[in-house]
Amino acid sequence: MRDLTACPECDLLLNSTHVTATKGGATCPRCAAELFRRHPDSLERSLALTCAALVLLFLANSFPIVGLNIQGHQVETTLFGTARQLWRDDMPIVAVLLLATTVVIPLVEMLAMAWILFPLRFQRRPPGFALLIRALQLAHPWAMVEVFILGVLVSLVKLSHLADVLPGPAIWCFGALMLVLAALSTVLDHRTLWQSWERAA
Amino acid sequence: MKLQTATQHDLALCEVCGQLGKLANNAQCIRCATRLHHRKPHSIQYTWALLIAAYVLYVPANLLPIMETRSLFGVQRDTILSGVAFLWNSGSWILALIVFIASVAVPMLKLLSMTLLVVSVQIKNTMAPLPRARLYRLLELIGRWSMLDVYVVAILVALVQAQSLATMAPGPGVLAFGAVVVLSMLATMAFDPRLIWDTANQTEINGEVSTHANQSTAA
Ligand SMILES: [Zn+2]
Ligand SMILES: [Zn+2]
Repeated sequence: MRDLTACPECDLLLNSTHVTATKGGATCPRCAAELFRRHPDSLERSLALTCAALVLLFLANSFPIVGLNIQGHQVETTLFGTARQLWRDDMPIVAVLLLATTVVIPLVEMLAMAWILFPLRFQRRPPGFALLIRALQLAHPWAMVEVFILGVLVSLVKLSHLADVLPGPAIWCFGALMLVLAALSTVLDHRTLWQSWERAA
Repeated sequence: MKLQTATQHDLALCEVCGQLGKLANNAQCIRCATRLHHRKPHSIQYTWALLIAAYVLYVPANLLPIMETRSLFGVQRDTILSGVAFLWNSGSWILALIVFIASVAVPMLKLLSMTLLVVSVQIKNTMAPLPRARLYRLLELIGRWSMLDVYVVAILVALVQAQSLATMAPGPGVLAFGAVVVLSMLATMAFDPRLIWDTANQTEINGEVSTHANQSTAA
């Protein structure tokens, strides 16, 4: 029973010893679903990337994303400013959707990661571990920083027909945040987290 | 080697920690105490409900304006498609293509593909489980990119405000469009990809018996 596992996508019963693991991890021999990933120093790297993401998230929300220069008249907007304008235009649901997918969910995700990874790094079991893992699984598809970057680029092009556009510092912070989050999702593996949790006291 | 599935042995993976566990009434995971389910509960019903809601909202999402521009020359109302046309006509073909794929092609293909997957599971189709599984994986990956237009509207509206030239305001279409994206993502999450394989697995396990039966009926 200990050596048995199943493919999460096609239900194939697998013997862990038969699963041919390559250096990076293992996939299901029948449907090629990812079974697990292996990364050296997974916990340390995840922790470092989580801290970097928290700093970048803070910076990305403190600076303007885009500015406009219309006949000498300057306007610029931050992410919160964007959400505030949607709220004023009677679109509170869209404002909430915007803030949730670009700020709130990534922030909650990173805080939960830090809460989990710090104790695990020192062989301690974080309180509420299973609950937080479940929350992370549910929240993950809703963090859409990379889509937001593309949205900013498209609006830059659209606005360039109206006026001079000035890309704000927050664009670079969001760009870096996107890369850090992508790196984090390749380094982090839930099987590794559970194994460290089992080892910890 | 004979095919062995978790279902055959009354086993199921824990949704939270991935530990294999024995199924029984109210069975819990031995590692994290989560309730074990054979498949996502009510997967087909939830997927259908969310899909139908998404189809219904798909109509206003494409017909209603997502943005209204007021200028000296009057009011201009933009739908998703006219936004793509604007980019195309202004010479930004690559962006026009990206926005077309993200806002027009992906939402529609996603709804149709999910419908295909659910129907194929319901009629217990055993054909091509691997391509269907791959299609599901693709849908999980690309659905989020449809949020693109919501972000574009949000940024434009925030910047082009109280100017002498023009003001932009979000139109009701953007709400419907955001809802379509969210609902179709929820539909994808409610669907259990193992359902695609269940009938095929069953047929393969009973393989010899059923081919024999088929031959005798044919004769
Ligand atoms: Zn598989
Ligand atoms: Zn578990």
